[in-house]
Amino acid sequence: MSTLLTPPDEAIDAEVANSVASGRSMDAKGLAFQMALLLALLTALAVLVWLLYSVVDGAIPVFQERSVGDFLSGKLSGSPQRFGVSQGIRGSIGILVFVAVIAFPLGVAAAVYLEEYASDNVFSRAVNVLVRNLAGVPAVVYGLLGLFVFKGLLGDLTGGSSLMSAGLTMAILVLPVVVITASEAIRAVPQPLREAGYGLGATQWEVVRTQVLPYAAPGILTGTVLSFARALGEAAPLLIIGTATGLLTTSGGSILSQLQGNYTALPMLVYVATKRPADQWLSLASASALVLLVVLLVANSAAILARNHFEKRRS
Amino acid sequence: MTSTDPTSTVTLADLAGDRRRRATERRMRWIFLLAASSAIVITVMIVATVVVEAGRFLLDVDLSSLLADGWFPREGKFGLPTIFVGTLWITVIAICVAGPIGLASAVYLSEYAHPGVRRVLKPALEILAGIPSVIIGFFTLNFISPDLVQRIFTSAERGSLLAAGVGVGVLIIPLVASISEDALSAVPDSLREASIGLGARKMTTTVRVVLPAALSGIVAAFIVAVSRAIGETLVVTLAGGAAGGSAFQPNPVDSGLTMTAAMANLASGSDQVTGVGNAVQSLYLVGFLLFLMTFGLNLLADRFVRRFRQEY
Repeated sequence: MSTLLTPPDEAIDAEVANSVASGRSMDAKGLAFQMALLLALLTALAVLVWLLYSVVDGAIPVFQERSVGDFLSGKLSGSPQRFGVSQGIRGSIGILVFVAVIAFPLGVAAAVYLEEYASDNVFSRAVNVLVRNLAGVPAVVYGLLGLFVFKGLLGDLTGGSSLMSAGLTMAILVLPVVVITASEAIRAVPQPLREAGYGLGATQWEVVRTQVLPYAAPGILTGTVLSFARALGEAAPLLIIGTATGLLTTSGGSILSQLQGNYTALPMLVYVATKRPADQWLSLASASALVLLVVLLVANSAAILARNHFEKRRS
Repeated sequence: MTSTDPTSTVTLADLAGDRRRRATERRMRWIFLLAASSAIVITVMIVATVVVEAGRFLLDVDLSSLLADGWFPREGKFGLPTIFVGTLWITVIAICVAGPIGLASAVYLSEYAHPGVRRVLKPALEILAGIPSVIIGFFTLNFISPDLVQRIFTSAERGSLLAAGVGVGVLIIPLVASISEDALSAVPDSLREASIGLGARKMTTTVRVVLPAALSGIVAAFIVAVSRAIGETLVVTLAGGAAGGSAFQPNPVDSGLTMTAAMANLASGSDQVTGVGNAVQSLYLVGFLLFLMTFGLNLLADRFVRRFRQEY
C-alpha cells in the first residue's frame, strides 16, 4: 500500500518545474494521453457503427427484391429466392417460452433462498461459488450437456434434436445469469422494509412475497431480459444439439409433437446463411441478422417499459 | 386459535401462530432450498457428462492419435496440439485487440469523461456487448476479414485465425471495459485527491496512482476476457475458415481450428455421418478440457475481484 500512496517525487518535481518555467502552459502530454484514450473508445464505437451499417446495408437488397413480408413469412430453404425467417422466429419464441417458464421462476427462487433464507454455511457458499462459475462456463459446454442428457438419455421424451431439447438446454444456460441478477436486486432491498414486515407479525415468506419481491421487481426484470437476450442470440449449444439446416417442414399436430419436432432458431438462420456461398447468401445472412437485432431491440425496449412501470408503482 | 376469553392464559400454541401459516412457511423454505440446489445439480450434471464421456473416449481411442499432426476426427486423427494452438492464437490476438482498447475506454469513462458524455458513450458500449456472437462472426467473415485484415496482411485467407481473433477481440472489448471500469470506480477519491493535492497532473494521477490501485480488478478483467475468448464458438467457427478438419497450423494468417470450432464442426456434421466409431465421442474430451480451462480461469478471476473488493 505504501508504494501506492507515495507519489512519484521525481515525476512531480519535473512537472512542477516545467509548469513554473512555462507559465500556465498546456499539458501537452496529458492532452495527448486523454485523446489517445478517447480514440480507443471511439474505435470500439466505430466498429459498432460499421457493423450495424453493414448489416442494414447488406439486408436492403433482400427487402427491395422481395417484400419484407415475404422474407418474414418465408421458410428455411436451400434456395436463396425462397429462404425466410418465419420458422426461426417461431423456434426462438419457443426457446424463450422454456426460459421464461423454467429459468425465470427457478432462478428467482434460488436467489430468494440465497439472499433471504440461507445462513452462511457450506451449502450456501458452495451454491454461490458454483452459480458464479456456471455463468462463466462456455455455451458450447452446455451444448454437450444438452446433447448427452436431453438428446441422448431423455431422447424418447424430448424427441432428440428438438425444440424441447434446445429450450431445456437454453433454460439451464441462462439460469446462473438470472440467479446473479435477481440476487443483486434482492440485496438492494432496504432492510427496514423487512423489519417493518416482521414487526407486524408477518412470516418470512409473507415478507418476501409482499415486501421484498415487489420492491426488487424492476431489478429482477432487467436481469431477466439480459438472460432472454442471451437465449435469443446464443447459437453454440444449438449447433451442438443440432437443428434443421436444409429443409424444415413444420408439422401441425399437438403441442407436444411440435415440441418434439425439428426446429430452427434465428441465430441458427444467420449461421446457416453465413456458411453458404457469399455471392448469393450474403444479403440473406444480413437480413436474418437484422431481424435478430430488431427482435432483441423489441425485447429490450419491452423490458425498459416494464421496469419503468414497476418503478413507478414502487414510489 | 386465539382465545377470546380474556381470563384464560396465553398458551405456547397461541404464540406460535396459525398452524397453516407455519406449514406454508416450511413449504416455501423447502421450495427455495430445492431451487438453490439446482446450481449444484447442474454443475454435477455438466461435470459427470464430460468426465464420463471423455473417459469412455480415452479408454476407446489409441492414445497416440491424440498427438497426431492434425485434427481429422473422421480419419481417427485427434491431434490436440492442432486445436490448442488455434485456441492459443485466437486468445492472444483477441487480447491484443481488446486489452488496450477496452482498458483505455474504461480509463476514459471512469477518469476523464464528463457525466453527459459518459451517459451517451457507456450505453453505446453496452449495445456492442449485446450483439449476438453469431452476428459478430458473420461480420468478421464478410467485413473485418476482407476489408481490414486482408488489406493489412495480404497473404491472409478469407477465413483465418487472425481474422477470427480480431473478431473475438471486438466481442470482448465491452467485457474488458466494463470490469476494468468497475475496478477503477472502486478506487476511493481520497487517493486521487491526495495525488492532485501534491501537485500531480491528471495523467500522472491516473497512470501512477489510480491504475496501480485498481490493478487486481484489471487483472481480473483480463482473466475473464481470456476465459471468454477460449470458450467463444461462433466467431471462430464462421471466421476461422476450417471446415471439418485441419492440419497442424502454426501460422495465424491461414485458416485454422480452435477447440470450440472443432466441437461445432464435429457436432453439426454428426447427423450425416454414422458409424465412424468414436469420432463424435471426442467432442466430450475437448469439452472436458475446455471446461477445466475456463473453470480454472474463472476461479482465479474471482480471487482477484475479491481482493480489490477487500481493499476498499
